[in-house]
Amino acid sequence: MSAHLLNELTVFVLAVFVGFEVISKVPTTLHTPLMSATNAIHGIVLVGALLVAVVAEPKLGAVLSVVVVFLASLNVFGGYVVTQRMLAMFKPRAAPGASGGVKK
Amino acid sequence: MSAVQPIVPNALAIDVAYLVTGVCFILGLRYLSSPKTARAGNLISMVGMAIALIATAFELDFAQWLPLVFGLGAGAIVGIYSARAVKMTAMPQMVALFNGAGGGAAALVSTAEFLKLDPSTSILTPDQTVTIVLSSIIGAISFCGSIIAFLKLQELMTGRPITYAGQQIVNGLVALAIVVSAGCVIANADSVPAYFIALGGAALLGFLFVLPIGGADMPVVISLLNSFTGLAAALTGFVLGNNVLIIAGALVGASGTLLTLLMSKAMNRSITNVLFGAFGAVKTSAGDAAAATGSGVIREATVDDVATMVGYAKEVIIVPGYGMAVAQAQHSVRELADQLEKKGVEVKYAIHPVAGRMPGHMNVLLAEANVPYTALYDMDDINPEFPRADVALVIGANDVTNPAARNVPSSPIYGMPILDVDKAHNVVVLKRSMKPGFAGIDNPLFYDPKTSLLFGDAKASVSQITTEIQAL
Repeated sequence: MSAHLLNELTVFVLAVFVGFEVISKVPTTLHTPLMSATNAIHGIVLVGALLVAVVAEPKLGAVLSVVVVFLASLNVFGGYVVTQRMLAMFKPRAAPGASGGVKK
Repeated sequence: MSAVQPIVPNALAIDVAYLVTGVCFILGLRYLSSPKTARAGNLISMVGMAIALIATAFELDFAQWLPLVFGLGAGAIVGIYSARAVKMTAMPQMVALFNGAGGGAAALVSTAEFLKLDPSTSILTPDQTVTIVLSSIIGAISFCGSIIAFLKLQELMTGRPITYAGQQIVNGLVALAIVVSAGCVIANADSVPAYFIALGGAALLGFLFVLPIGGADMPVVISLLNSFTGLAAALTGFVLGNNVLIIAGALVGASGTLLTLLMSKAMNRSITNVLFGAFGAVKTSAGDAAAATGSGVIREATVDDVATMVGYAKEVIIVPGYGMAVAQAQHSVRELADQLEKKGVEVKYAIHPVAGRMPGHMNVLLAEANVPYTALYDMDDINPEFPRADVALVIGANDVTNPAARNVPSSPIYGMPILDVDKAHNVVVLKRSMKPGFAGIDNPLFYDPKTSLLFGDAKASVSQITTEIQAL
């Protein structure tokens, strides 16, 4: 294993621990937005898609690069918009527009 | 071993930008710890993504931009349109679809990198081959698995487990083929054909492994596929020597894993059992549970009965399940709750962790219907409340309320934590028919003398009850 790979592995392992720590604080009521938010975050693969698409060799073909970028872009934009839409719905008591929202 | 030679000399600045992105992602998830700050969190995460994309743009040569802008634009248009148009009840399949897109992209990125390194003429290092092969395999499994999950959730194919003789053997052979060909790639022997065999095998395995998993187990599967895609993205980061991909992928992998564990714990089943158990495939005879409770008699109620019961109650606990989502009844449910609260009835909602088809599914639906999240209670918080409740109103939930999980050791769901609905003074169950729930297990709750059943479409029933209460 090269020193370079070891460095990357270090970053990975630490990020996993941070991930567990942060995610375990997310309340169950937000689990669906959490899934969709993390969905959007793994859309970061779009960065990778752009990088390889540029250096893609003829064998791979321009079409395939466009497909990769399309998939990743779908993931990023769709993921963020749907998460934002969901989160906008979560309101505490006495939400505006609640017709008979009498508190307990 | 940076895979890409920066065209501009500010590689350091780009790396700093990626670091900022990583921090934004972590903060974004951190802010999800409360519904109050969650939106801000998602915005921070978006800003992080934008920073990473802008930084990446500096690595590109403008001549190469055009086809990419096309892909980017098409993805953005389709993504934003579907994210806006999708119904909240269809959220699980939407999430599955976006997840698959990410997995597929990760697999293809690694494939492109593999071909670029030209393994037919040069010897690749184990660092390169191992990370490339792993990220392609996991990405491909996630892509195809998500597609099957999507088809099942969208009901384009049956939600029941699809099983056949020798299924596990077939899956085992495919897995073996993947391992062997991945080994060849790593050993640099005929790596190009071996690579594509491994990739194709992984795609096939993705299809095959979701086939026998039933709809009720989808919360586990979606979480697992989410963690796969995260892992695939992180591995792509190893391949390209890109830290932001590694950090983001690791965060998503951790999140998916945590949710997978939570979901299987909420069903008291191991992940192996969920993946290979084909739960819900066998139907036990409907008489069993009735025999266990000593009476097979159900009490059917009219809309009037139910309206009177809940209208004059002090406390009502609503227990929603997948049936509420299917009937799109969440808005009617909220109208009913409003009407009850007007009459001075206290209304709470009991949410089982695996109610619905994805983690938190019920919460999102009720939030859509403007139910304040403060009225939604987790299983552990609401269970001590049931003995105090006058009425537990079960809407389209079944297995998560089945007392057999508590007291019938022979039951397939024995040991699963359930909502203690049967401890309420009265139970009203809204059901379409006497059909057993997803697990195919009859529910002794229905034969409990204090349970009344109201048959019919959940949405229609709830609306009728609301109208009746207004007339009380």
